[in-house]
Amino acid sequence: MAVSAGARAREGWLSLMVTGNHAAAWAVKVARVQVVAAYPITPQTTIVEKIAEFVEKGELKAEYIRVESEHSAMTACIGASAAGARTFTATAAHGLALMHECLWWAAGARLPIVMAVVNRAMGPGWNIWTDYCDTMAQRDLGWVQIYCADNQEVFDSIIQAYRLAEDPRVMLPVMVDLEAFILSHTYMPVHVPPQDEIDDWLPPLKPAWTLDPEEPITHGNLVFPAHYMEFRYLMQEAMENVKELLPKIGEDYKRRFGLTGLDFVETYRCEDADALLLTMGTMGVEARITVDRLRERGHRVGLARVRVFRPFPVEQIRGLAKGVEKVVVIDRHISYGAEGALAMETKWALYPLEEKPMMTSFIAGIGGRDVTYKDMETMALKALEWMEKGQPREGVWYGVRGLELA
Amino acid sequence: MAEAELRTYRDWPIAPISRPTPGALGLTGTWRTFRPIIHEERCTKCLMCWLLCPEGAIYVGEEGEPVVNYDYCKGCGVCASECRYGAIEMVREEVGA
Repeated sequence: MAVSAGARAREGWLSLMVTGNHAAAWAVKVARVQVVAAYPITPQTTIVEKIAEFVEKGELKAEYIRVESEHSAMTACIGASAAGARTFTATAAHGLALMHECLWWAAGARLPIVMAVVNRAMGPGWNIWTDYCDTMAQRDLGWVQIYCADNQEVFDSIIQAYRLAEDPRVMLPVMVDLEAFILSHTYMPVHVPPQDEIDDWLPPLKPAWTLDPEEPITHGNLVFPAHYMEFRYLMQEAMENVKELLPKIGEDYKRRFGLTGLDFVETYRCEDADALLLTMGTMGVEARITVDRLRERGHRVGLARVRVFRPFPVEQIRGLAKGVEKVVVIDRHISYGAEGALAMETKWALYPLEEKPMMTSFIAGIGGRDVTYKDMETMALKALEWMEKGQPREGVWYGVRGLELA
Repeated sequence: MAEAELRTYRDWPIAPISRPTPGALGLTGTWRTFRPIIHEERCTKCLMCWLLCPEGAIYVGEEGEPVVNYDYCKGCGVCASECRYGAIEMVREEVGA
């Protein structure tokens, strides 16, 4: 989150005032991405527009492939990555849904593609504003998922995503998620380290295979039941490796540049907390105000912002929940017929605890409805009140007319 | 993948790839119901059949002529269909032939 004053003043650094989308484009530029395949979709379009401008001006030496759909965009990325190129694309909502088949392929083929997804609600009703229903629907595929909370974090996450994805112990694609408009179109300061320092920290991709006519190989052949499961177990093992590597990469990046290092969970005032508020993305920063206000009223509440959803930080959440009496989860996602993904998976984390905290979960901000610190305060106070009476609730929709919280 | 090398999942490559090897699925020529016969007298050695054979089952002989490898030719008939000189005839395979 915080950028030190030292970082700002350092020579050769750029201080930009840019949108989250342009922060993503700048990250792609300094990561020296070699192939970009893209199809425009609101609210992502200005990412690939800015990259097109970099390529056109010769500031980024990349192949820029204009395709006829997102399905083709991901397919082109798969081909480029299999041929050994550092590859990027960006999409949102329906574009991501159209890629679905190819997202499986990118993960199963172990291609270190990095993709920015601007989280946008799914239609109908047609809606360009934010929620997490688009990316949460893609959480089972073998893509690492990172959720950002400010524009610097968007820039930092993409740089670090390449280092993570391209590690031989990982070789999995990474989705860097940022919320529609709240981040994608909002201007914030972003600090860009000098190119030679980025080059030093992020060396060129060493691909598992390259496209070489002298040594031809075929990708994605028929694999019989006798051999398939081992390939899939290796994906699970790679995700386990991410659990170990991601915080180390984050530490290294933070130490080198003084910027936001990757980590699974960001905590705020958790040390003496007897209640825990869990959420993601920009809500996870806004909620600091909520926690401060709740503490002023005598509630010892701590905040955890879940920054990585795949692999799910089950150990970290279990550790935070240990000894806590009450957990409140706010999801910007709904799995129809169940509840929000963060709530469901937090329950997985809590299950082995001998003394399980009570948990109340909310569905909020669907389709871009604003969720302010006051909304989260209302939710948290209600949840604490219900749990005080021993009556936790699950998947409570917040803000729906006719469903006022009793 | 040679079976003997694959004892635990650690012996697997990270993703399925294959390198060129003849007949990984066995003698696929047994799938054939029609056999392409190249009539030498009409063949101009243009090699369109060699180029278009989807199985790579036509090779170029010592005098530049196309030769069918019947071990792997599945009898699809693309060569006969594409030959503009009518030099390739598809003949029904006979049982026991």
